[in-house]
Amino acid sequence: MNWLIEFFGDPASWSGPDGIPVRFAEHLEFAGLSLLLAMLVAVPLGLWIGHTGRGALLVVLSANAARALPTLGLLVLIVLLMGVGTIAPVLIPLVALAVPPILVNTYEGVRGVDPDLRDAAYGMGLRGGQVLGRVLVPVALPLILLGLRTAAIQVVATATVAAYVGLGGLGRYIIDGLATQRYPLAVGGAVLVALLALTVQGLFGLLQRVLVSPGVSGRQKIR
Amino acid sequence: MAEEPLVRWDWIGRNWPEILELVADNVVMALVPVVVGLLVALPLGLAGARWRWFYQPAVGVMNVVYSLPSLAVFIVLIPITGLATRTTVMVPLVFYAMAVLIPAVVDGLASVPDHVRQSAVAMGFTPLRRLLAVELPIAVPVVLAGLRVATVSSVSLVSVGALVGRGGLGYLFIDGWQRQFPTPIVVGIVLVVLLAGAADLLLVLAQRWLTPWASARTAARSGRRGAA
Repeated sequence: MNWLIEFFGDPASWSGPDGIPVRFAEHLEFAGLSLLLAMLVAVPLGLWIGHTGRGALLVVLSANAARALPTLGLLVLIVLLMGVGTIAPVLIPLVALAVPPILVNTYEGVRGVDPDLRDAAYGMGLRGGQVLGRVLVPVALPLILLGLRTAAIQVVATATVAAYVGLGGLGRYIIDGLATQRYPLAVGGAVLVALLALTVQGLFGLLQRVLVSPGVSGRQKIR
Repeated sequence: MAEEPLVRWDWIGRNWPEILELVADNVVMALVPVVVGLLVALPLGLAGARWRWFYQPAVGVMNVVYSLPSLAVFIVLIPITGLATRTTVMVPLVFYAMAVLIPAVVDGLASVPDHVRQSAVAMGFTPLRRLLAVELPIAVPVVLAGLRVATVSSVSLVSVGALVGRGGLGYLFIDGWQRQFPTPIVVGIVLVVLLAGAADLLLVLAQRWLTPWASARTAARSGRRGAA
């Protein structure tokens, strides 16, 4: 506890290029950009294979293989080969980390929709795209959001390793604290990252309440 | 950098005893937490399936634990379990495995159809025998799906431990980075993926062996589809 007071109580921790606000913004930049890119790739792809059933096995298998990729290794390799001029080397491993959960959950969500429901939508005269947009996506939304939440939490947690190759973000405190044996710094950084991850978790809980239709989430009783 | 090849095969040839040691270290640090996690998750999952009031808070706590970054937990554990020890790396991995496995056990037990459970009761199965002979076998596919996710992420997460001095194959990433030498990094990535793939394959085989009726059913279904 004293370590935390030493870190958070020091005004120097809160200002300058190594201050908490700057590091926090950097961390959000890495995590947010990677999540956005991963979402742009994985959500449409997941919807498409879930809806058409094409290439499902291949995608699920490669997504599971991608889950095994060690982010730290990928990061140091890419930085070694590309240099650290831009933040692209950080984004690649983080996107690779975020795509599998989003892709697999989106696909499973769409595929798991009750076939009767799908048939009913077709029977009511909706076309393929309309069925996807008006029936499959709303029903699959809880799983899609679960995938996004998992990805977001992993990306926020893993963006800390960016500091190891000399980039910013909240990981800076952890890596620097370890390297220079300033333990309050490392613990302070760890607590900040954990708080951020918990905030993301909470935000997705709220998002779920707002976005998921009451009929799907079961909050509205059907009489 | 241009002359440096991505992989120097002779480096692998010279260092394979050390590499094998790291593989073994990685396997131990990844699998022990999964096994421990499963042993803890089974009773907790059973309790969760029986008592709903227990399940919701348990999942809430596990979700919070799961969202804690591994590196952050390693740091906080160092004063308790020591720098560069296996324990520091394995303790958080046990919790991550539990976070995946408790819901898997509960969902698996929930996947047992009610009529099957009622048949077992009608046949005079005691609750314990019903659990062991009927409910758990039917829950196997869902539990194993969770076990696969837990195992693969565990194998890969161990490498982050290299940042606190004990990370199995992750050591190769640190080594390669410090010497600006790509070969160990590539070797490390390939071995982690192969290791995770091998563990995953073993679990798939285990599932076939534990649920022989599943493959029979799939064969019957695809046969029917072929006939139509």
